[in-house]
Amino acid sequence: MSTVAVEVVYRGIFQKSLARNIVRNIVFAARKDGKIGTAFGRYGDSPERNGIPAKQFAVVADNAEELEETLAQYEPTEVDVTINVDDTLCKGVESWAWYGLQPINQLTKPGGTLIVTSRQDADSLIRDMHQKDSPIGLSILKSTVSFSGLWVYKDDHTDVRVLGNLCNVCPQLVSLKSMLETIREQTGSETKVASAQKAYDTATIRQVEPGEGNPEIPYSFVLPGWKEMQEGVVIKAIEAGGGFRGGEGGYQPVRNEVFKKYSTRSMRPVINFETCIKCTLCWLQCPDTCFDVTPDGLYDANMESCCGCGVCEAVCPVPDCVTMVGEAEFEDNNSQWEMWQKDKEGYNSWMTLLVDKQKSETRTHGFHHVGGYAEEIANTEEVS
Amino acid sequence: MTTVETQLFQTEQEELISGSEAIAIACALADVDVITAYPIRPYDTVMQYVSKLKADGVFDCDFIVAESEHSQFEIVKHASAVGARTFCGSSGVGWFYAFEAITVTAGLRMPVVAMVGNRALDDPGAFGTEHNDALAVRDLGWMLYWVATAQEALDIALLSWRVAEDPRVLLPMAISCDGSFLTHSQAIVNVPTSEQVRKFLPPYDRGKLQLHPDNPITIAPQVNEDWLMEIRRQSDEAMHRSVAVIEEAYADFKKTFNRGDPSAFIEEYMTEDAEILIVGMGTLALPVRVAIRRMREAGKKVGFVRIKFFRPFPTEELQRVLGGVKAVCVIDRDYSFGSPSFAGVLFHELRSTLYPLEKRPLMLNFIAGLGGREIHTNDVNHMVDIVQKAIDTGKIEQEATWIGVRE
Repeated sequence: MSTVAVEVVYRGIFQKSLARNIVRNIVFAARKDGKIGTAFGRYGDSPERNGIPAKQFAVVADNAEELEETLAQYEPTEVDVTINVDDTLCKGVESWAWYGLQPINQLTKPGGTLIVTSRQDADSLIRDMHQKDSPIGLSILKSTVSFSGLWVYKDDHTDVRVLGNLCNVCPQLVSLKSMLETIREQTGSETKVASAQKAYDTATIRQVEPGEGNPEIPYSFVLPGWKEMQEGVVIKAIEAGGGFRGGEGGYQPVRNEVFKKYSTRSMRPVINFETCIKCTLCWLQCPDTCFDVTPDGLYDANMESCCGCGVCEAVCPVPDCVTMVGEAEFEDNNSQWEMWQKDKEGYNSWMTLLVDKQKSETRTHGFHHVGGYAEEIANTEEVS
Repeated sequence: MTTVETQLFQTEQEELISGSEAIAIACALADVDVITAYPIRPYDTVMQYVSKLKADGVFDCDFIVAESEHSQFEIVKHASAVGARTFCGSSGVGWFYAFEAITVTAGLRMPVVAMVGNRALDDPGAFGTEHNDALAVRDLGWMLYWVATAQEALDIALLSWRVAEDPRVLLPMAISCDGSFLTHSQAIVNVPTSEQVRKFLPPYDRGKLQLHPDNPITIAPQVNEDWLMEIRRQSDEAMHRSVAVIEEAYADFKKTFNRGDPSAFIEEYMTEDAEILIVGMGTLALPVRVAIRRMREAGKKVGFVRIKFFRPFPTEELQRVLGGVKAVCVIDRDYSFGSPSFAGVLFHELRSTLYPLEKRPLMLNFIAGLGGREIHTNDVNHMVDIVQKAIDTGKIEQEATWIGVRE
């Protein structure tokens, strides 16, 4: 029996068309190889929310009966290839369907491959990924992460480059010949065919051994049985908050203990506590109530709760007081205010470094989208 | 394989589409005149694709996005009265919001075809599939069909207009598609040509019942007890007649398009020599078939009957197929709280179906897959184990068992 399954992990809305192009073209190409396939998105992820991690799948089999065998378990429990089109998702996947935190490589089968579009190197990606007890391959497709919007698609060749790379790392899925023909038919672009071919030719795999990566056990939770649940579709409210981190001064709301938002964000706010004028706007406008009020009246973005929307940056009246910085820069979810308290000079220079770097980076999130594509395409080509 | 927009309907071709998209394409193939829409998940995937086909210029119809489901169903009812071929649909509580219009559509014998993207009824708000929404029309004079694949969705949509608009029938028909499994997954579907469809599907002709200035009529006057029973009896007779019309149309379908099952009403899988027959509707067929293949390999005589038409209900066929077996294992993706066995809707229909038989099989019911929870092959094995135990001991400990619920 030969069934091959591929998942695409992507940011909802921003990368929906990208993911769809990838899974559909896999099935089209498989058809040319005389196989059969299906493509679908994880229903629990939709309707998609801006930037919230989501998944689409492609399953290819030699014949209809084999395909049925695989689909009897509708959402695959393991895949041959995981394609991650946003490298910050290497930290894990929290879909809004509330499955807890899934490691990026959770479904990647032993000996399978994880393809990541990224400008980071293998070491920094592996640092983000959770450890697995079996080896997998990591194939980095050098690329600026491709984000677009609900009604627009950034046609920067990421889809065809991923497909070319995929044919190299998973030759049992579909042949390169069929894939290139499919791309030609679907897009009518020889440039895209060439992009796919180049990605195929230059693909590399680096083995990730058991024990490599983030040793943390991802948080999880147990769902209650029907006898334990309150009747009448009633859930108890979360209690009101209290002082900052259990202290007397300040204020911190009590938050849902089993719904963190670590990986729902691709960027996070970095706060300049020196220039903050305590105007309260970030705290008021944050749709996720993520700001804790410190005893000295400052606002500390709590990373358990921040979904990275960037509203705080947008409403802050002080230049560079709140700056959204790409998630790849961070390795923990610790309090920035506490870091600043401990070592103000150290914090300020770290912050300045990040803010300056951000200015030269092209990473964007939902609020930074309009019109920014032209430069990014050039950038992608340069990187590739 | 090409994109739908470029060469649709000139030649037979394969598309990679969802069940919803397949039905939207069927609308174009059937040259539907009036389509109404109001968004609700998962049905909205149909309207998205209809608007795409229309925007791409491959399909011309009056596409009306109404301000609610109620208006949506009212509009197609009226359009149907003046002789327009119609399509609409909804899901879950959206379907229920249209219910007044849904009942009159059947009462007035308007052959509207609707797609129900099966969805759990609120509250709590949930998107996943459950069959209670569509089942609610079972007593009203709607024909009701459960689809299992995207190909079947396209095929049955075409069949629906043919049967519903037949002058011997003139009843509306609902096509039920499991949310997610059908509405949101794309499979390879053979799309026939417009030419083939024209041969199969004659134009809608309401004859003397058509509302038109040249044919002055009044539709739906108020009536009292001296009229109503006769009107109901007419609908009853039309539903009786629909059985032969479905058979005739399905035979013609198979001849025209070269595909289809032996029966229009049920699908049989490994039923020959089976001692236990599983019965269910919709996409749960997939894990059930896989589980049965494995059980057969292990020497267990288990088969599956998928009920396709729930209305008209295939009573005689089911009596023939289920009559001789030791036990019938009914899977309901629905519930009927407080019903005779505190069980599912399909279970009670089947028990009523088998009651007149001299030799009645044991009957057990399993409530499973509610709200879109997956039914796995292990669940099916578990059900069959319970049924086997009942056979071995000759005793049913519990008629209805909930499978996959967290205790």
